[in-house]
Amino acid sequence: MRCGWHQIKYQMINTFVGDLGHLFVVLSFAFSLIATYAYYQHTSTSNADEKRQWRIFARTTFYAHFASILGVILALFYIIYNHMFEYHYAYAHSEINLPTHFMISCFWEGQEGSFLLWMFWNAVLGIVIVNTNRFWEGPVMTVFSGVQAFLTSMILGVVFFNLKIGSSPFILLRDAMDAPIFDIDPNFVPEDGTGLNPILQNIWMVIHPPTLFLGFSATMVPFAYAISGLWFKQYKEWIRPALPWTLFAAAILGAGILMGAIWAYETLSFGGYWNWDPVENAIYVPWLVLVASYHTMIIYKNSKTALKTSFVLVIATFILILYSTFLVRSGVLGEASVHSFTDLGLSGQLLIYMFTFLIISVALLIYRWKDIPGSEKEADTYSREFWIFIGAATLCLMGFQVLIPTSIPVYNAIIEAFGGISNVAPPANQEEFYSKFQLWFAVGVALLSGTGQFFYWKKMDKEKLKKAILTPALVSLLVSSLLIVLLGVDKLPYIILLTAAVFSIVANSKILFSFGKKVTRLSGGSIAHIGLAMMMIGILISSAYTNVISENDSGLLLSREFNQRQNQENKLLWLNEPTKMDRYEMTYKGMKMDVSGVPGYVDIHILKNTDDPYYKIAGIDIIKDGKVYVKKGERVRVQPENIYYEVAYTTDKGEQFSLFPRAQVNPSMGLIVSPDTRNYLHKDVYTHLTSIPDPTEEEEWSDTETFEVGIQERFFINDYVAVVEKVERIDSFEDIELGPGDIAVRADVKVHGKLNEELLQPVFIVKDNMVGRVPVVLPGYGIKMVFAGINPEKNTFTFDVNTTQKDWIIMKAIEKPMINLLWIGIVLLMVGFVIATRRRYIEFINERDKDLQRKEKKSELA
Amino acid sequence: MKRSYLFGLGIIAVAVIVIVSAIGDASSYVTFSQAEAMAAAGKNKQIHVVGELKKNERGEPVGIETSADKLSFRFIMVDEEGREQTVYYNEPIPADFKRSEQVVIIGGFHDELFLADKILMKCPSKYQEDEIKV
Repeated sequence: MRCGWHQIKYQMINTFVGDLGHLFVVLSFAFSLIATYAYYQHTSTSNADEKRQWRIFARTTFYAHFASILGVILALFYIIYNHMFEYHYAYAHSEINLPTHFMISCFWEGQEGSFLLWMFWNAVLGIVIVNTNRFWEGPVMTVFSGVQAFLTSMILGVVFFNLKIGSSPFILLRDAMDAPIFDIDPNFVPEDGTGLNPILQNIWMVIHPPTLFLGFSATMVPFAYAISGLWFKQYKEWIRPALPWTLFAAAILGAGILMGAIWAYETLSFGGYWNWDPVENAIYVPWLVLVASYHTMIIYKNSKTALKTSFVLVIATFILILYSTFLVRSGVLGEASVHSFTDLGLSGQLLIYMFTFLIISVALLIYRWKDIPGSEKEADTYSREFWIFIGAATLCLMGFQVLIPTSIPVYNAIIEAFGGISNVAPPANQEEFYSKFQLWFAVGVALLSGTGQFFYWKKMDKEKLKKAILTPALVSLLVSSLLIVLLGVDKLPYIILLTAAVFSIVANSKILFSFGKKVTRLSGGSIAHIGLAMMMIGILISSAYTNVISENDSGLLLSREFNQRQNQENKLLWLNEPTKMDRYEMTYKGMKMDVSGVPGYVDIHILKNTDDPYYKIAGIDIIKDGKVYVKKGERVRVQPENIYYEVAYTTDKGEQFSLFPRAQVNPSMGLIVSPDTRNYLHKDVYTHLTSIPDPTEEEEWSDTETFEVGIQERFFINDYVAVVEKVERIDSFEDIELGPGDIAVRADVKVHGKLNEELLQPVFIVKDNMVGRVPVVLPGYGIKMVFAGINPEKNTFTFDVNTTQKDWIIMKAIEKPMINLLWIGIVLLMVGFVIATRRRYIEFINERDKDLQRKEKKSELA
Repeated sequence: MKRSYLFGLGIIAVAVIVIVSAIGDASSYVTFSQAEAMAAAGKNKQIHVVGELKKNERGEPVGIETSADKLSFRFIMVDEEGREQTVYYNEPIPADFKRSEQVVIIGGFHDELFLADKILMKCPSKYQEDEIKV
């Protein structure tokens, strides 16, 4: 389908939608510039009348900007939805058979679409700000509109004096690609696009990018407030409106990151949810700093300290978001990352974007630094501020430890830009490298989040602290020793982390119960901390105590050259041949497909091809649990790219289940494998394919071997025992018309696999005095058989047999203990964030309204 | 000394440890000759080598030998200096291995053989597709 452009249709290229879309892009850019200027004027003028007029004008332009962005999105969606492959974006990211819900994912497969998503959220949040906070609207929206100007410039696609600004999503295919076909026919339109990357065809990929980008946008709100605070010398006042936004950003960004992790666990086959890939790190770091900034803002709110730190961290978060955008989109990561975005030549623009905001905010911060009220008094060791502050510092260091090595490609690029040569590579074993530090930071975070909460809700001194902590400490020691024994935790650092996390859970639970009726309002922090601690335990146990079921632990001698032994973690399974591994017996049961309207999976060999790869014809009735879903000969719809390889498991306790790891053979992407998982309460059994026979390679059949056998005589084909059960004359054979002198004889040959018996029914035909050779194939077993002759004098039959390799897979099976703790922890963390955000928002509304009332009273008095 | 100074010093100390360890644990991109020299000098730190598969005049990769059980394989890689080297990898052949344009191997020399612990491949993905198949 994909390459089949045999008929060149006479078609007019529809340039109107693209031109309209591009017009909207230019408009949205222009409006964002005007809005920036107008909001700046509104903010800086002191004349009340002018102020009001500028505000009306600024708002109108911002709304117009938002409307233009909607126009861009609609135009692009129209192009994708209507399969207008004359446009590069539709051609490169979509295809005719793409389901509608994945068309949304097309938006963010390309760089331009993801920029579009980001600016869409920014505009939405901008409108929320306009409608909720009149006092801060001016300065905050100046920053917002400014950011929007930079973002819209990324998709502008305009050339100024040989300088290309931005990359438009509306370019035509003929302008994007230099293909000879366009010299012959400039109006050539491909019949189909190259399709959406199959690994993105997953429900998490529909919702993960929008969540992440909403998180990106949300970090801009506290940043804009902080800048406004500096600008207007309102050093303290910005904290209150910014606080709920900081929490909101932390919740959404955190959810976005974790969705990505869940997607990786479900779709990618590296055996886990986190890979320390630079792209993951680039977003993990700002999230940590963001959470730290929330904590310092809380400190300020309660004790009027840590204001300067709050400024620094809020600004750092936003700059780190810009830095991560630069890392991911500029191509600087090169081979260091698996997340490949094409380099659209935007590196320069991205650098200007980042440095503009870095320089403006740092300069402003330095300029105002002396003015920002600090606190002279030393924080008391028994004050909550002290402990929360240490917690925030730990989070920042945790991020710093990831940031330094992740930036290695950037150092190389800088050194090379100055003519030097640098060959530094990221650490060879990333998991080990990051874990050895992150583990200790996590211990710190767990202990502090457990202890800090006691300070948080009460005034403390040495004696009170001892009293408050004693019970939780004892309980957690008890619980963790139990867990250490039960889970078999055997390394000191792991024991320490486990104990610290258990302590955090116990201590925070104690706090939680002490809230009584106020629990729904105040419990956000405790619940989030419990969730975090559970995540730590889940991550620790599931990764440190991963059990590779398929490991060959006898220690294979690698080669004669060296004496090193290395275990092999993969296993080769032949079709229908049970293999023992660990406590399981596994059998590969063949290739399956997902057929619309039929539950479960259907054996691929009973489906016959049609001209359209998306449709197959059922070779026999498809029956599941006694119900006939599809009758023989009916046409069914399939997803041709997805092939599932059934692996049947039997545990030593006799439990049976099947897993269906998937392989997708995509002409342009090659082979992509996705795992399948059996979930238990206390563990996951995770299975993925490592290798399968290359489906594009032709089968190589052996030379013909001739067997002459009698009824019930055993013979061996491809290591299988075969027996001729019976031979009988048949009256008709498929569509061949048999005349009076013709003969058709069918043999029933049983092939005994280790598990199943398969029936082969080759037919011997004599038609018009000619012997017909009709080969029958037993798929998967690698057997092709022709009923070649009947020897009445010897009472035997002749079969010509060719063999090929039996079907096989190489797979890896892993047990991940306690991984459910990670998922439960994630849910709790999110619930905690939501409760806390709600609380801070209600506080903000109440205090804002109180202020307004006070002001009104004042004016009445005056 | 004020406690806040101690606190600041503590943070700086951890930051320094983090930076030093990042420098210490960073790997490097080297050629086979450099890697061999490092191994001979007793440094068995894991390094990165960038190169391509050895190909014949038709552009097909040559010298890939799969073990009998299909669970491991060897191949010949040509580094940026043009030196050919047999590399052993204790995993089945990755799906797109033969189509890869560029290969990065992470590992080290063990006598004559380069033992790869990890292979990163750059494949001609659809993202870089710049011609239309007609």
